[in-house]
Amino acid sequence: MIDLLLASAITLSVPLVLAALGGAIHRRSGTVNIGLEAHMILGALIGAVVSGATGNWAAGALAGLVAGALSGLLMNLVITRLKGNEIIVGLGYNIVMFGVIGYVLRAVFGVSGTLQVDGLQRMPKLVIPGVADVPILGALISGKDPLFWLCVVLVPVLAWLLRSTTWGVRLRATGASEPASASLGLRTLAIRDGAGIVAGALAALGGVALSLGTVGLFNENMTAGRGYVALAAFYFGRSKPLPTALACLLFGFFDALQIRLQTVGGFNADIISTLPYIAVVVVLAFTGIRQHYRGARALS
Amino acid sequence: MSTARAERLPSSDPAAVRCRIGARGISRSFGPVRANVDVTLTVRPGTVHAVVGENGAGKSTLMRMLYGLDQPDAGSVIVDDEEILLSSPRAAIERRIGLVQQELAIIPELSLLENLVLGQEPGAFGRIDWKAAQKRAEELSRSVGVAIDWSASAARTSIAIQQQVEILRLVYRGADVLILDEPTAVLAPVQADELLGLLSSLRDAGRTVIFISHKLDEVLSIADHITVLRSGRTITELEPGEIDRAGLAAFIVGDSEMPNRPTTRGNPGTVVLHADAISAVDDRGVTRLDGVAFEARAGEILGIAAVAGNGQEELAEVLIGIRASSSGELSLDGQGIGRMSVRARRRAGLAYVSADRKQEGLALGLSLADNSIASPALKELARAGWLRPSAVAARVDAVLGRAAVRFGSASDPASSLSGGNQQRVVLGRETIGKPRVLIASQPTRGVDVKGIGYIHELLRRARDEGAAVVLFSEELDELRELSDRILVLHRGRVAGVLDGESSRAEIGELMLGHTSHASHDRPVEGEDA
Repeated sequence: MIDLLLASAITLSVPLVLAALGGAIHRRSGTVNIGLEAHMILGALIGAVVSGATGNWAAGALAGLVAGALSGLLMNLVITRLKGNEIIVGLGYNIVMFGVIGYVLRAVFGVSGTLQVDGLQRMPKLVIPGVADVPILGALISGKDPLFWLCVVLVPVLAWLLRSTTWGVRLRATGASEPASASLGLRTLAIRDGAGIVAGALAALGGVALSLGTVGLFNENMTAGRGYVALAAFYFGRSKPLPTALACLLFGFFDALQIRLQTVGGFNADIISTLPYIAVVVVLAFTGIRQHYRGARALS
Repeated sequence: MSTARAERLPSSDPAAVRCRIGARGISRSFGPVRANVDVTLTVRPGTVHAVVGENGAGKSTLMRMLYGLDQPDAGSVIVDDEEILLSSPRAAIERRIGLVQQELAIIPELSLLENLVLGQEPGAFGRIDWKAAQKRAEELSRSVGVAIDWSASAARTSIAIQQQVEILRLVYRGADVLILDEPTAVLAPVQADELLGLLSSLRDAGRTVIFISHKLDEVLSIADHITVLRSGRTITELEPGEIDRAGLAAFIVGDSEMPNRPTTRGNPGTVVLHADAISAVDDRGVTRLDGVAFEARAGEILGIAAVAGNGQEELAEVLIGIRASSSGELSLDGQGIGRMSVRARRRAGLAYVSADRKQEGLALGLSLADNSIASPALKELARAGWLRPSAVAARVDAVLGRAAVRFGSASDPASSLSGGNQQRVVLGRETIGKPRVLIASQPTRGVDVKGIGYIHELLRRARDEGAAVVLFSEELDELRELSDRILVLHRGRVAGVLDGESSRAEIGELMLGHTSHASHDRPVEGEDA
């Protein structure tokens, strides 16, 4: 029982972690990426379609990543070069993306809502011999898809990149004070665009994790606000990779719990399904209170 | 510092460049404003060259052109005796010219070491070699004789240290001409001395320094040459030996324009403000005020002197109510006000000139009219919640007229005024209602010589109208010129109360806490915790 819950929590966290890490990188460069939801749904669709066309999940994931990178760049250019307000641009971008995808589903595929792709290859579940049967540990790391392992690698790698490379230091500098960074000769707009590309690409991989994960189909509502939950996660994690990923695990746990409670029955399904989102609000309130006290002390 | 100048070897540059950087006949206009008119400047290699002048004399415009941030309409910039076009800061950097602007380019989120190397990080393939960076940083700070904890977060270091890091960053990037735009304006006296020492070391190492300052004493003490600008024109070039402070001030403001500065004293009456055993902590919980007690009388100016970090900021904030006191009593005309909100205190007759003019004194984006009437007294100008335009206009005229603010239209944003004029708007607004107590914190910080005269006049006028003026200032001469009594704070306690005519030495001794010089620059205990 607890094994199943944990395994499910981790699987459900993977899309969140990818999107939130992308958002965190983008945030460190100075932009709050409201468009994560759009990048995710695009990645989910492209991943599913290309996986179906090629019969290869990796090709699907790669295509989703590239589409997300382009999508991230496009949105970011509006913010950096046309000086659009990041909140308005992000919200508008989400609305446009979902509108276009709904239209494409009808016009190109002749379906509404759900797209079953023929020949779609789902991601493999990597069962680790020997570990699979160990209690708890088996549930935690065995039988996971490759994107789970990507997350495991990304968290320390991103932390290292931010800390110890020119890219990371310049990115943080740009995010903290763009005019000062520009005056030191940093190409701040290019740095911010690069971060936007990373955010789009990672969020789109999060979408791929949804469509090529357990279900193996595309639905235009399958992101279900995860792009916004990812915002809450990197806000809670102060845009640091590890805390951000842990926040995602917390939200993933509540998502898994919600699903279990639905199957147990006895509760109103609609109310139960709000559980992860209530968790988000509680965490955000907690973060706000914590920052209030920190801020009060940090003022000089 | 003068000895350093005497012993210094001639410039090590064998090519014997006469003008390392300068200007030949530069003119620059912005619309109808002629910021620079036929300006000529010659800065010799290996010297400290001060550029002085009032706010709006064209100093910053000239510096921006020397750094390639702006280009002259006529004339040209000289680098190494050649007329050249500096089309961008990048071109200036290639000629080894660096600029420290008033807004520091220090990134608070990064450590000081990260700030130093940012943009030119040592290492290969994108990986930063932090060991090499640390080594280079330590070499740099040792070579100029400053102590810097490079691993500290920039956000947690003082502005003085940030400024040193910014200067060392220019050196790290290979600059040997350093242009500093009013570097000491934001520093406490001790910190300013340290900065001047740093500049001397840089000069002694053969670098060329140009700096702008309003503080004539420091100009005379450190500069090898002084160029005076007035109304965008070069007035004269001097050497410190040729002139004294008063003579230099006369060049800066012009002969006839020196404002009249009577040294009248006040006529102290009854006690208005009474503070008893006030204690308070700063934002980090460190005790900054420890049992401060004093009285301020109607019709007097009570000066508050202290080395920065000894509690004067906190005291000003406690008096107006922005900061809560942890214990003690505060009363106005015998009525306890220590628990009142800022709003209630202002209603009761307190007025406040914040040390932070741009954030707390004014709403820079709003019009002069809005800034002139922004106070709890706004109700007087309204009927049933509606502002009466005639009353508003009359009040705006009264405030701006009282303070003799030079402005175009009352609907212009406050940001369109010079610093000195902005401060006059604040003082006009705060004193128009004849407050019982005027708390003025660093009212002349960053204001030019002539502007200071006007501000002093406004403070005296408030005093003569019966206010108890509590004046916080880091300028001892200003305190001595204006105050009837001077209260000296040391480590959050009252070190003593002196007569306004006391000498600098007497005040200075109390500021240092009657002890040897060993502890004078150490702030209240717990600072480094």
